[in-house]
Formats: sequence, structure tokens, C-alpha cells
Amino acid sequence: MKKKRLWFRSALLAILVIAIGYTIYNSIFEESGTYIKKGDKAPNFVLTDLNGNRVELEDYRGKGVFLNFWGTWCKPCEREMPYMQRQYETYKEQGVEILAVNVSETNVSVKNFADRYRLTFPIPMDKQREVTKAYGIGPIPTTILIDKNGKVVGRTSESLSEKKIISFMEKIKP
Amino acid sequence: MAEISSTLLYGAFMIYLFSTLFFAMSISDKKHEKAAHTKKWGKIGFITACVGFAAQLGYFITRWIASGHAPVSNLFEFTTFFGMMMVLAFIILYAIYRTNGLGVFAMPVALLVIAYASMFPKDISPLIPALQSDWLKIHVTTAALGEGILAISFVSGLIYLIRTVDQSVSSKKTKWIEIVLYSLISVVGFIIISLAFKGAGYEASFEIMNDQNQPEKIVYDMPAIAGPANGEQLDDSFGPLFSTPSWMNGANASIKLNTFIWSLLSGAILYGLLRLILRKRIAAALQPKVRINPDLLDEISYRAVAIGFPIFTLGALIFAMIWAQEAWSRFWGWDPKEVWALITFLFYAAYLHLRLSRGWHGEKSAWLCVLGFWIITFNLIAVNLVLVGLHSYA
Amino acid sequence: MQSITCECGHSNPYGTSLCQACGKPLDSDVEVLSSMRYEGSARRSQTYKKTFVDHTWNFFSSVRVGVWLIIIILVAAAIGTIFPQETFIPPNVDPATHYESEYGTLGLIYYLLGFHKLYGSWWFIILLGMLGLSIIIASLDRGIPLYKALKTQRVTRHDQFMKNQRLFSVSEEAELEEIKYTLESLRYKVREEKGNLFAEKGRFSRWGAYVNHVGLIIFLTGAMLRFFPGMYVDEILWVREGEKASIPGTKSDDGQYYLENKEFILEMYDKEEKKFNSALSSVDGEVAKNYQSNVTLYKTTPNHTIGEEPELIKVKDGEIRVNEPFKFDSFALYQTDFKLNEFSKMSFELEEKATGKKFGKLTVDLHEPEKKYDLGNGYRVEIEEYFPNFILNEQSQPSTVNNLPDNPAFVFSMYSPETPKGEKAFVGIQKNIEAGENQFKMSFAGIETKDLTALTVRKDHTLWIIALGGVIFMIGVTQGLYWNYRRIWIKQNQDGVWAAAHTNKNWYGLKKDLDFLSEKTSLIALVDKESDTK
Repeated sequence: MKKKRLWFRSALLAILVIAIGYTIYNSIFEESGTYIKKGDKAPNFVLTDLNGNRVELEDYRGKGVFLNFWGTWCKPCEREMPYMQRQYETYKEQGVEILAVNVSETNVSVKNFADRYRLTFPIPMDKQREVTKAYGIGPIPTTILIDKNGKVVGRTSESLSEKKIISFMEKIKP
Repeated sequence: MAEISSTLLYGAFMIYLFSTLFFAMSISDKKHEKAAHTKKWGKIGFITACVGFAAQLGYFITRWIASGHAPVSNLFEFTTFFGMMMVLAFIILYAIYRTNGLGVFAMPVALLVIAYASMFPKDISPLIPALQSDWLKIHVTTAALGEGILAISFVSGLIYLIRTVDQSVSSKKTKWIEIVLYSLISVVGFIIISLAFKGAGYEASFEIMNDQNQPEKIVYDMPAIAGPANGEQLDDSFGPLFSTPSWMNGANASIKLNTFIWSLLSGAILYGLLRLILRKRIAAALQPKVRINPDLLDEISYRAVAIGFPIFTLGALIFAMIWAQEAWSRFWGWDPKEVWALITFLFYAAYLHLRLSRGWHGEKSAWLCVLGFWIITFNLIAVNLVLVGLHSYA
Repeated sequence: MQSITCECGHSNPYGTSLCQACGKPLDSDVEVLSSMRYEGSARRSQTYKKTFVDHTWNFFSSVRVGVWLIIIILVAAAIGTIFPQETFIPPNVDPATHYESEYGTLGLIYYLLGFHKLYGSWWFIILLGMLGLSIIIASLDRGIPLYKALKTQRVTRHDQFMKNQRLFSVSEEAELEEIKYTLESLRYKVREEKGNLFAEKGRFSRWGAYVNHVGLIIFLTGAMLRFFPGMYVDEILWVREGEKASIPGTKSDDGQYYLENKEFILEMYDKEEKKFNSALSSVDGEVAKNYQSNVTLYKTTPNHTIGEEPELIKVKDGEIRVNEPFKFDSFALYQTDFKLNEFSKMSFELEEKATGKKFGKLTVDLHEPEKKYDLGNGYRVEIEEYFPNFILNEQSQPSTVNNLPDNPAFVFSMYSPETPKGEKAFVGIQKNIEAGENQFKMSFAGIETKDLTALTVRKDHTLWIIALGGVIFMIGVTQGLYWNYRRIWIKQNQDGVWAAAHTNKNWYGLKKDLDFLSEKTSLIALVDKESDTK
């Protein structure tokens, strides 16, 4: 009888403490919303790039994908572009692709920008923000790292240093 | 229709005044004819209160017809309605307990509320899109009824304190009772001073930079004791003695603070005069007039909370949440008005739990009822006037 | 810990102060009246004090602790309203500096202590959790023993129990049948045993407190679930008039929802309208009457890939107004914001400055300008650069704030048979800067605008739990506060007929019942001990 009571009390208290703890964990570490995060399968998408080519994410299965969301008007995006270009040239051979999704800008602006920085990686144009919305992109730049199996292995919204980009490339190298 | 409506409201006000007088007569101290006398005048007072309520209900209905929406959409209409709900709450509790003394205090408080309401702009205003919902009438009327009933617990608690607190020596308790009475008198002060300056047509103008950094002219209708924050005086009228702190950022915060200071000052003068005439504390002067059984008063105030609490919860929290879900897409957003409704709820929940403990009946309980009413009035007035939020329609 | 057997033969759990059956005080120092709150039943928490778990349990079982938690939450909630919460400050300011610059040192302290996001803070959640814990444990500890005690109570009560009730009297004689009849007419449930009577009314009101606590717990559970991923969607959707956009958060295996904004309507009150004339003339500007989006809902085919041109199937038309959300599946769209007259197209004419002669018109789609505009006869214009929202940056270089065409500006190259190398000009709103002396210029020839509507997209799977909790709470609170549990005991003793009565609240009502009883029967009116002492 006494044993049973102790068990009951302990169980009830434990359940409540876990519930409260998990709630706090969620309130601190999970931002609300439905965005794509580490561990999720990267949703497939189809866009046309700056040069008019069709880009489909699934076609890159087997390769690591450095998926970057950016805009010409965003200073931190601009800062990381030359680094991305340089590392693209290094890692392209090793099976890592950069997809720099432009968030709803005009071809004129993006073309000028790409020419200025001599960007050679594909720039899919997300005119209608469909991909941006589906990936729950808030502030840009946001970079999502996808491994060869199409799984998201990292997500960050910071402006990247060249060193950081190298470490990301290493991480998703097949 | 609008004229009939205001006439009815004016009529209701006068009838309430008479009702107060009749209740006062019922407890006048002629011992030999006690029972019959009390019964007779109490009955007359009660009937008068009911007639007044009917008249005010007439005001409410006619104004509704005139404006096309439930007249609870601005501060004048809401506060008037709150006064009406206090009268209704009094009628309900009088019907249960038949205590004339309650009328002597409840009716004047309701009168004060209605008079205070009439200081706000009385124009029939159109509904902004956010208010165009059936929930406006459902939420606001239920919440006001709950608050009206809870207000009666304050009245009853106050009578309890006047009746029982020892007035032979000055103590902390007697001081607090005087403060409560003084704040009620300040409302009278506010009404008198507003009418006086309005009658004299007083105006003082200031120029301030508003949120969009545009110059804006604001006009005081009372001499400026508290000027606007960073304001420039445009005429050579009196004052200001100091500027309103910039963190008070409701609409026209400085004017409201200034009015508040004037109310306190005029209240102080009125209070001082009363003290001079009575030559004792006001509560001490009132004490021999109220001879109601303290137990009964305690029960009335508890009963008022017991009746008012569920209605308040329904109106001010549950209906409010349903409406917020429909209008703002979330049932709860920690808007200051919502938070203060929750605070009111929590406070009375604490009160109800304390009633379970020994030692919290009677006097302590009465103090809590006074404090509870303070929270309600704070939410009705200060949250709209001082804090920013979605409810600042005024 | 043994059970206590009362002289009436009933076996009570350890810790009981009044016998569950006959009400006899089981200890000499028990005060009957104050024990009546929970029928003198053993509050379990008080009886087992051993392990850490028991100590924790006992702590939360106390009403005093519960009241303290309520008061702490109340005070914390009030502090949160002193300055606006983070969600209410302008979105583009840094809270770290905003609170200090706006509210001074107090604002800084407020920010540093984390009060600017108080209601989502870990300690506020812990407080609410502890309140939940207190509600559950205190209810279990009181509700169950109370239920048992009220169930086992007997008609015949112990003398001491009777004598110590607040309302009590001894009559010389009384007609039992008469009493029973009268009490039944007052809708009491009367039981009889060996010439003694027990009448009760409104026992169910005693369960009110526990019912409303169950409601509160369900409510709190619902509130807690909102923190869990996937339970709700809260997104904002901007759509231009005439355009279709996917609705965020609505993609599933059978497709993605799209919304077309057919028209955004903004209506103002007519200042001349007689009814509101005096109110409207006292405000500057106009008063809004209606914000409305007329929309069509579409759904894609199930195999839709994000970004692909969607194959849309019309679902339904709808109108969204403030207070009138548009609902489909488990989603609702709310009219939240709007933007009037966003630039969408700008027209220019190529003009020879000297003669004013024009050589053709071009219309630039501000969302997708062409690179080249051929005007025929050897005249053409190229867009070298485009700044949708023009600004001079820190290096005094032309640049754009963002990708919204709020202040469009261009660098044009103008070609003509006379100027085959082209002439450059920077053209913006009321700006025209030439590189050198140009022969031609771009003259402004009109602008087209569009309205935008902003809709909040919501899905909330916790709503029904919250609603259920609210309903149960209201039932419980009404049950507990609008009714009360009245009991009257009549016992035939050697010295006469004893009568005692008790209620959990509203003694005035009980006394009215008893007055009626003594008026109708030969029972002597019951005396209120508490009133006598005052």
C-alpha cells in the first residue's frame, strides 16, 4: 500500500517535471514555425537559374549540396560570395555543388551582380519565393547543408567566413 | 432617437439619486419606528432603483437603435454600461439579502461611475473594422456584468470596514479607509473640476513632436500642471510645472496625467472641507450610521465574488479569447488589457482559496475586496490611458 | 500507520480527525467546525512524511503554497505590462538599445532582467508548471478523501459532532414526519434511521472545485502543447492584387494550397453620414470602415514540386475581413495588414532634349524589367542597372535597401542612329542625372500601382483542447459557486430533539431554510454560535 503510493507519486511528479522541462526546452531551442532543420529530408524543388537552365535538387543526389539563400542588396550575402566562388572551384571536383538561390529579384540586378563577382555556380531564381517559403527562410543569408543522401545536416543564418565554408564543404563532401 | 437616449440616461441618473436618498432615509436613526420605517423606505428605494435601471435600459436600447451597434464601443458607452451593471448587480444582491445599507453605498458608487463616464466624448462613433463583430457585445457586456457584481463585493467590503474598524484611535487601518474614501471623493472632484473648466472654456496649447517626428498641436482643457514630454507652450497660459515622463505613452498621456493631478487636488480640497465640517474621520462619522450585521456584510461580499467570478471569467477571459481568435488569429497575445484581466482572475481565485483558510473571513476578506476593485478600475482606466496595447481605443 | 476504529464501528484511515461515518472527533483536541471543510478526512499529504518524493508532494499539496504561486504569477504578469513586451516594440529596432533609449535606466534594468520577454521565459513557464502541479496534487489529496467521507456519512451522528456545529438547537419535542415533509418541500434529500433524520441538498456542488481544476489542467496542457513542433502554424502571407502565391505551411502529400488575391478593398466612413457626423468631424483624417480581400483558393495536383509552375485546381472563392477569417481544412486566413499603391510598372519615353521630339515609349515591369527595349527605327534603350528601392550607401554609391520597388531607379543606356555608342543616364523618381552632356533623355510617362494584402496563416491543433478545458472549467466553477451543500441533522436524544446544520458557504440561505422549518414545525429555531459571540 505504502509502496504503491510512493510509486504513484514518483511517477506523477516525474511525468509533470518531464513535461515542463520539455516545454521549456522547446520554448528556448525551437523557434516556432515549420522550417526545415537539421535531420529533415531536404524538400525537392525545381527552379530556373540565371542562365535559363532547369535546376532540380533531386538531380544532385549523390553529391553534397551547399544551398545558399541570398539577395544582391544584402551586405553579408555579398561578403561571402567571393569565398563561395573560390571554394566552389576547389570542391566542385570532389562532388560538392553550390546552389545560390536568389530570393525574388530581377534578372537584371542578379546578372550584374553575378558578372561583377564572376560567379560560376548555378543561381536558381526563386521569383515567387516558393522555395524560400518552403524552407522557412527568415533572414538572409541562410545556408543549408545537404548531404549526398538528401538529408539536411546543418543550417545557419550567419555571414560565413572562408574557413567556415571550407569546414562545411568538408562536412558534406560525399 | 439619440436625443431620447440621452434624456433617458439623464433621467436614470436623477432616479438613482433619489433611490440613494430613499435608502439613506431607511437607515436614518429614529429608533422607535425602526422596523416599519426601514422596511417602507427600503422598499421605496429598491423600487426607485429598479425604475432607474429600466430608464437606463431604455437609454441603452435607444442608443443601440440610433447607432446601429451595441453602445459599448467607446469609453463613455462602456463606463456608462459598467455603472448600469453595478446597479443590476445591486438589484440582484438586494433581492437576496434585503440590506438597505448596501443601497446607501452601492447606488452612489454607481452614480459616480456614470457621472465619470459622462466626462468622455459622448458622440456616437462608428465602429472600426476590429470592433465589427458580434463578440463585441457578447464579450463586453458579460465582462462588464461580472465586474459590476465584483464591484458590489467592494461596496460591501468597504461597509464592513467602516462598520468594524475601531475608529477611537488613529491607526494604519483607519488611514487606509480614509484613502479609499478620498479616492472616491476624487472622482467627484474630477467631475466638478471638469465641468468648471469646461464652463469657463479654458484652453492651453502645446506643440510636440509625435511618433512620426511631425509637429503636432495638443490642447489642454485644464491648466497644465504636467506639460507634455518635450512640448513647447504656444500661449502664455498657466504652467506647466513639470513635464510628463516620456514612458507614459498612451494616447494623450500628458493630458490624462494632468487631469489626474487636478482630480487628486480637487478631491483633496473636498475631502478637507468634509473633515472640517465633520471634525472627525469620514469613516468615523459614517460608522454610527451603518448598523448592518458584519457577518451579513461578509457574506454579501463573498457571495458577490462567488456570483461575479464565473461571469467575469466567462466574459473577460473566455469570450475574449474566442473573439481574439477570430479577430487577431490568436486567442491570447499578452496584450496589457488581457494580462490585467488575467491578473483580476488570479486575484479573485486567490481570494476564493483564502476563504477556505481560517482567519481570512471578515476584515481581511473585506480588504481583499477593496484591493480587487482597485485592480478592476486600474484595468478599466489606467490600462487604456497609460499602457500601450491593442485595446487603446480611447 | 494503522486505521482508527471509531466507537460506532467504522474504520477510518490514519490521520482522520472526524469519524467518516458518525462524525465523532477522534482526538480530544479536534475542533469540529474547522474540520468540517474536508469532513475531517485525512489529507494524505499530512500523514506520510518520509522520502523526498513525499516532501515534494506535501509541499505542493498545500493550499497556502497554491495561493502563493497564484500571487507570484500575478505579480510577475503585472511587471510584464510596465513596459511593452518585445513583440510590441517596432520590429526594426534592437531591443538591447530600445528599452534604454525609450525608458531610461528603468528600461535598461527591465531589459537586463529579461522582463521584455517575460511570458515566454523559462522561469515564467516553471511558475505555471508549478501551479499546475499544485492544482493536481492538492485536488487529489482533498478530492478523494472528501468523496469517501461524504459517501460513508451516516444519518446518526455523534453527540459531540452535533453539539459543535455552528447552528444547533435542542427542542423538547418535534414531529419527525412533519420535519421530513417540510424539508422535502424545500427539496432536501432526506434519509431516516432509527428515528433520526439527515437532510442534504446540493452535494454535487462540493465537486465543483475539482471539476474546474480538471478544466484548468486540460487548459494548461493545451497551452503547453503549443510549444511542441507541428502543433500549430503561424505564418504571414503577402499577395499582390492579381497574383497567386503558395500559402506557407499548407503543403502536404496531396498538394499545396495557393491563394489568389483578386482584389483588396479599403473603405472609409463617409464624413457626411449624419449618424456619425459629430464623432467623425472631431478626428483628423478618415476612419476606416472595412479592410477586405477577395480571394480564390486553389490546390495543386498531388505530385507538385516546389518552385515548379503549379497546375492549379480551384477550391473556392472567399472574402476575408477583419473578424471574418477564411477557413479551409484546419487552416484559417486572417486579414492582418495591407499596402496600398505599390509601384508595379513605370513608363518612360525617349525624348530628344533639344526638340522635345519623342521616339517611342517603354513600360518597365518593376518586378522583372527587360534588359533591352527596342523602340524601332534604330532607337533602343538598355537597362544597365536597376535599384528597386534606391538609396545612396555609406560609400555614396547607388544601391538598394531591399528588393521591393518602393523607390525605383535605373541606369539607362539610350541608343539612337545619331548616338550609336549610347548615352547613359541615371533616372529615379524626380531624379535625372546624366553622364556628360546627353542629347536624349528618358522622360517619365506614367506609373501603375497595385495593392497588397497581408494575411496571417493559422493552423492550431491545440484549440479544441483549450476550448474543452475552458468549458469544463466554467462548468466546475458554476457548479461550485452557484450551488452549496447544505446539511441538516435531527437526532432524538434523552433530553429532547437535537438539530444541527452545516453548509460549506452561504449561511444566510441555510438560515432561511431553517427559519422556514421552525416556523412550520415545532422545532426550536437553530442558534448561530458565531453571531452570538460578536
